[in-house]
Amino acid sequence: MKLDPKIPSGPLEEKWNRHLKDVKLVSPNNKRKYTVIVVGTGLAGASAAASLAELGYNVQTFCIQDSARRAHSIAAQGGINAAKNYQNDGDSVWRLFYDTIKGGDYRSREANVYRLAENSNHIIDQAVAQGVPFGREYSGLLDNRSFGGAQVSRTFYSRGQTGQQLLLGAYQAMMKEVHSGKIKNYPRQEMLDLVMVDGKARGIITRNLVSGEIQKWYADAVVLCTGGYGNVFYLSTNAKNSNVTAAWRCHKRGAAFANPCFVQIHPTCIPVSGDYQSKLTLMSESLRNDGRVWVPRKKGDKRAPNDIPEEERYYFLEERYPSFGNLVPRDVASRNAKIVTDDGLGVGDTGLAVYLDFRDAIKRDSKEVIQAKYGNLFDMYENITDENPYETPMRIFPAVHYTMGGLWVDYNLMSNIPGLFVAGEANFSDHGANRLGASALMQGLSDGYFIIPYTIGDYLADTDLSKVDTEHEAFGEAAKSSAEQLDKLLSIKGDKTIIEFHRELGKIMWDKVGISRSKEGLTTAIEEIRKLRDEFWTNVRVPGEAGYYNKYLEYALRLADYFELAELMALDAIDRNESCGCHLRDEYQSDEGEAIRNDRDYAYVSAWEYLGVNGKLETKLHKEPLEFEFVEMKQRSYK
Amino acid sequence: MSEMTINLKIWRQKNTSDPGRFEDYLLPGVSEHMSFLEMLDVLNERLMKEDKDPVEFDHDCREGICGSCNMVINGRAHGPKHQTAACQLHMRNYNDGDTIVIEPPRAAAFPVIKDLVVDRSALDRIVEAGGYISVKTGAAPEANLIPIPQEVSNQAFDYATCIGCGACVAACPNSSASLFTGAKLSHLNALPQGQPEKDKRSIAMVDQMEKEGFGDCSNFAECEAVCPVGISISAIAQMRRDYMKAIF
Repeated sequence: MKLDPKIPSGPLEEKWNRHLKDVKLVSPNNKRKYTVIVVGTGLAGASAAASLAELGYNVQTFCIQDSARRAHSIAAQGGINAAKNYQNDGDSVWRLFYDTIKGGDYRSREANVYRLAENSNHIIDQAVAQGVPFGREYSGLLDNRSFGGAQVSRTFYSRGQTGQQLLLGAYQAMMKEVHSGKIKNYPRQEMLDLVMVDGKARGIITRNLVSGEIQKWYADAVVLCTGGYGNVFYLSTNAKNSNVTAAWRCHKRGAAFANPCFVQIHPTCIPVSGDYQSKLTLMSESLRNDGRVWVPRKKGDKRAPNDIPEEERYYFLEERYPSFGNLVPRDVASRNAKIVTDDGLGVGDTGLAVYLDFRDAIKRDSKEVIQAKYGNLFDMYENITDENPYETPMRIFPAVHYTMGGLWVDYNLMSNIPGLFVAGEANFSDHGANRLGASALMQGLSDGYFIIPYTIGDYLADTDLSKVDTEHEAFGEAAKSSAEQLDKLLSIKGDKTIIEFHRELGKIMWDKVGISRSKEGLTTAIEEIRKLRDEFWTNVRVPGEAGYYNKYLEYALRLADYFELAELMALDAIDRNESCGCHLRDEYQSDEGEAIRNDRDYAYVSAWEYLGVNGKLETKLHKEPLEFEFVEMKQRSYK
Repeated sequence: MSEMTINLKIWRQKNTSDPGRFEDYLLPGVSEHMSFLEMLDVLNERLMKEDKDPVEFDHDCREGICGSCNMVINGRAHGPKHQTAACQLHMRNYNDGDTIVIEPPRAAAFPVIKDLVVDRSALDRIVEAGGYISVKTGAAPEANLIPIPQEVSNQAFDYATCIGCGACVAACPNSSASLFTGAKLSHLNALPQGQPEKDKRSIAMVDQMEKEGFGDCSNFAECEAVCPVGISISAIAQMRRDYMKAIF
């Protein structure tokens, strides 16, 4: 496997513009001869599809939801970063680039991140022109918010629904092209395989989720925009149907999977209340501006929080990190919540929660001030937990939120399979080992609106594509193997339900491949995953048949892929003998519990090649060295 | 933690052509902390263990924003709680021994696919007809070139928060999609960027709504009452004004 990142030469500030001058173009007459498949219609997929169709390509879009508008980008709350410097606070493309690469703990490519920062401003222009109602000042000009990891105010927002508004903008742009006939849109379709002809991506196999039919689709290029894989943990803030299947099937066809162990765990989510729990709800991290995080000092202290006197409260973030206090970065806050609950100091029925207390802020600023800042979040909390956070401290706990890892791509966002492009959360490219707030929306739209439309033309103009249709034997073979897997799952008729297996897998992942990891724990995790995977394939009960709408069959298929991915994540975490960003290895921390990065040995992207599963996952590690020519790598400290 | 036993009456329908019927299920062990959909998950776990077909229902984000869930609960789209989507409804709103009737949203334009799952692609086709501003990628002017008064922007935002669940259609005695269509028109038609295509958009979307088999609005306001994000019925008045101005 050859991994060439294809980063253009020259000064950082000129790389993208130079590249744009060099990319080959497809003439308007020829564009209409090409067909591009876009899988997934979130921010990356919808924006790529709309932009490609506007250029004149024939585009086919596929999504698992009943409408393209429901992709999980819709749930992003806080905002989107851009280096507009509207606040006159000294922001610039360079600063946004620097904050992002530092926030990622120096495990991403300089050239990619710089381009992301450059594109950020175009995204805001584009969204405003589409009618996205961003927050505005009395002057009628655009407003900004502050967000974590930055010293400037550069976050554009639409109240708490920024993802929804940006996605609807992209979805509407996409529907405009459905109207023009350049996009054929296929909802309720799940991609089950990538079809390769002569070593190139030439189509996909899908299951029509309504009829159950296995369908074949050919194209000249495939763009995968299928999001992240956080649901491998069973509980996460992802939507229930978010899954890794499309990406994993591409991995099985030869696409390298990069940095699979980089998973962001968000510190402020509403905790689990029981076994029936199906998902976790995020509470914006902005709450840590005014809330104080604590647990009782005494183990098993069952008193109501307000009855516990000040001296018996352990404000663990304030005590351990006096200079940053409750505002330490996400990874540090999450890790410390786990440490205190592991020590038996957790609160609530399950003991898996810590308090986030607004008592002092309300005393200092008044209830009205706190309500004006966080009213909608407090209401949401009360709706779910039936507790009033103005009177009783919130209970919070970390939850899996975003996956920085994904399919490996070069500077053109093309995987190592020619013709297979990957955009948005599904690729690994821009966030390194930790993503900063308000940059997921930015990346999805940068990839879709402003990168893929250029780089796909370069590929098509420069590639000799034989004439292929779905009669080609590669389609028949892929369709047959997809159908066989469905039949196999249905034929097991075991005793355990899909959710029971998923919950068990999630527990292994959360306990041993979650907030902190150790070689010992990861080794055990791998054994447990393999054992559970074997049991899954002999004892899972999948209801019904393949020939009609069957959501649990979809679920079983996705879980089968999670069982393989889970092992790869553990292997990747074992390989990385350092702590960086979200990845904390117990063996690599200072006496004070701070992460110790190892730039000499681990400044690389790990890119895994799939070789098969035979009891164990057979895989091969390739390394793409990360070179830092323009920034100096520094150690993070929040003490 | 108190546990309840719930009597469920759920609409079961194999496919679009099956006439369908209600089936009764007695579900013990329901925790007050469960969400409504988690209660259905638990029912489905039990049905699958008994080798029966689970109840199919649409769901995804489970935090009230994606608009996938849209079941009708005891005759009310999304259930009893004001401005709350079914996925955000919790079982503490019910008591031990309650009977809960669950059915799909009923409308000619929403054919049933299976059980509680319906085909809402008609809503996509209304947007496709004109629910956008035709700006190509790369053609946008600087974002702050056109100031938009804060109240105009806020009002556009309020309409733009529609999650496209179709509860308004389910609640309407005429199965009208006027609140959905009116919300999109009121969002885009309020903005300076939306002006050039305003008339064309208003006619195209309203005409498409009719073509899809949705009824007209008779001001029952049931739609506003069930809307999980609180879209105001004034969206429909705005739609009427914009449509009338456009055709004359």
